[in-house]
Amino acid sequence: MPDGRHEPEQAIAGTGMGGTMDLGVDEAETLEKRPGPDGTGPGDRPRSLWSDAWRDLRRDPVFIVSALVILFLVLISLWPSAITSGSPLTCDLSKAQQGSQSGHPFGFDGQGCDVYTRTVYGARTSVAVGVLATLGVSVLGSVLGALAGYFGGVWDSVLSRITDVFFAIPVVLGGLVLLSVITSNTIWPVIGFIVLLGWPQLSRIARGSVITAKQNDYVQAARALGASHSRLVLRHIAPNAVAPVIVVATIALGTYISLEATLSYLGVGLKPPSVSWGIDISAASPYIRNAPHALLWPSGALALTVLAFIMLGDAVRDALDPKLR
Amino acid sequence: MSENLTLPAQQGSTGNPSSAETLLSVEGLTKHFPIYGGFPIKRKVGAVQAVDGVDLTVGVGESLGLVGESGCGKSTTGRLITRLLEPTGGRITYKGQDITHARRRQLAPVRSEIQMIFQDPYSSLNPRQTVGSIIKSPMEVNGIDPAGGREKKVRELLELVGLNPEHYNRFPHEFSGGQRQRIGVARALALNPKLIVADEPVSALDVSIQAQVVNLLKKVQDELGIAFLFIAHDLAVVRHFSHRVAVMYLGKVVEVGDRESIYNGPRHPYTHALLSAVPEVKVADEGEGEGEGRERIRLYGDVPSPIMPPSGCRFRTRCWKAQDKCATEEPPLVQISGNRDGHLTACHFPEGPTTESRGEDVVLDPALKALEKSAEKD
Repeated sequence: MPDGRHEPEQAIAGTGMGGTMDLGVDEAETLEKRPGPDGTGPGDRPRSLWSDAWRDLRRDPVFIVSALVILFLVLISLWPSAITSGSPLTCDLSKAQQGSQSGHPFGFDGQGCDVYTRTVYGARTSVAVGVLATLGVSVLGSVLGALAGYFGGVWDSVLSRITDVFFAIPVVLGGLVLLSVITSNTIWPVIGFIVLLGWPQLSRIARGSVITAKQNDYVQAARALGASHSRLVLRHIAPNAVAPVIVVATIALGTYISLEATLSYLGVGLKPPSVSWGIDISAASPYIRNAPHALLWPSGALALTVLAFIMLGDAVRDALDPKLR
Repeated sequence: MSENLTLPAQQGSTGNPSSAETLLSVEGLTKHFPIYGGFPIKRKVGAVQAVDGVDLTVGVGESLGLVGESGCGKSTTGRLITRLLEPTGGRITYKGQDITHARRRQLAPVRSEIQMIFQDPYSSLNPRQTVGSIIKSPMEVNGIDPAGGREKKVRELLELVGLNPEHYNRFPHEFSGGQRQRIGVARALALNPKLIVADEPVSALDVSIQAQVVNLLKKVQDELGIAFLFIAHDLAVVRHFSHRVAVMYLGKVVEVGDRESIYNGPRHPYTHALLSAVPEVKVADEGEGEGEGRERIRLYGDVPSPIMPPSGCRFRTRCWKAQDKCATEEPPLVQISGNRDGHLTACHFPEGPTTESRGEDVVLDPALKALEKSAEKD
């Protein structure tokens, strides 16, 4: 026993706790033999949770189908003339309610407009409203929610009460009241209304996931280093809190599209001569017995679009859910 | 038996705080977490007295072990010292500078000298950052550019903690628990700290990996001369690692002293109980007359609530020696007769100064005993 301080070290080693400085054999082996990102062999390319999620998504049929549908919708809303030669506003009353015929596969609606062309052009409105409203809701909701979750205290209490108030407003009734006084026939009032009523949902999600993320020790570790609030939020909290926000926003996008259709159906969203699935559904419903095709096609397009976004959201959630990893 | 344990003079120099220059001193440190209740307007209805008047000192290059059972305020003390929590009262002095309520900018130079290692290697590393950027971030935050660049320094640190520098671009989830804890150690070392607060650094790890990480910390301490506040509930690990040991119970330090003095001559009944609870591994040697083993002190009841701690001595509700005086008068943390220099105990009725008076065998490391036996024979 030469040195009192090192005595116990040997003792611990003697009781079976191997006291070497080098990596244990098992540890070293698992790292070297672990397959690389493509499962081909050792690789040193960074592999983040996002790329792991992408790997899962690429193999998920639900994701592939919904992504293809959405891609198609985006393309036809950008270039509707690529698949239709007519104009949605060129109507011929003499052909009103006629069925499918050559050059007009979906037939004609009550005003004699080509249903195929109107359905194609209607996608533009739906996608624009859905995407822009989701962007607005996500930015406003997640910024407010993240601030409330991060700073807590009075700010959090005030914001929580405000969100409660907004949750209490019935969406359709609120839309009827607020939008009926607006005469502008563009998509902006509708988007503004959706953002106004939609942000509390996202702010709740963002607040919750920021509160979860900020309790992690790595945030404490960064604080112990003296990191600033902005560094903590941007580098440590936001990247770990953003997944639920993305998932909810994707699903919400689908519901915003159907909300726009609902408001347009009720006559307070977009109004003719704008082109929207909601307007077409509304216009076709009186003739449902004589010309069901005029109702069917825009309704089908709406349902397919909403379904595609909700399925995409589900697939993204499955891929990002850390509990399944 | 205990004669053999008396150790060479070397421990006198490391074990005695008065001989070393004080790096960190904590006086009367208090943290009360308020409890809010009531409707419709919430107001303070009570407080969890997590830490209630803790005094500690850590010398330059010294390792102080802080032990106690779950919920006694060990981790809170560590987080107060790293200023992750705002103290309710008391003073924290680092190198003579009062940092108790220092603001972020004033604290910046101190932050780089006091680092922390966390208990859970899974939650202490940001899963979205590569190992390289995790270890680099202390240098970024504090604007430090080491010679040869930050990346070179990171690779050196990875090598120092026994990881492959090639793993610079890997993500934490690709590593095992022990390797993750090494990454945490590398991050703590990135700024060449003077003091590391290690909050149960090995308790989340496999026993076989624990020894590796403890030895790594020990190596770091010996080679770089870093002082440690080593928070743990594993007495064997603390004994292995620490020069001095402080025992906490319900937010207070009940006994503090150098390692050998605490382990071989504990005076506070709670320390006795803790030590007697260390599991014993029987070693099959030809030793005679040691078959009966140690007697374990069983404590009855639970730790009292830190919301309403007992009056006087906080341990009295579970103490077999408690008398009326214990309920009315709080025992001060003082040097009592028979203790070695620097061994302080907060007890009105301490146990005897030697372990013999307890009538028990206090060998904590049977393997150590076996080693000594064989040394005697040679």
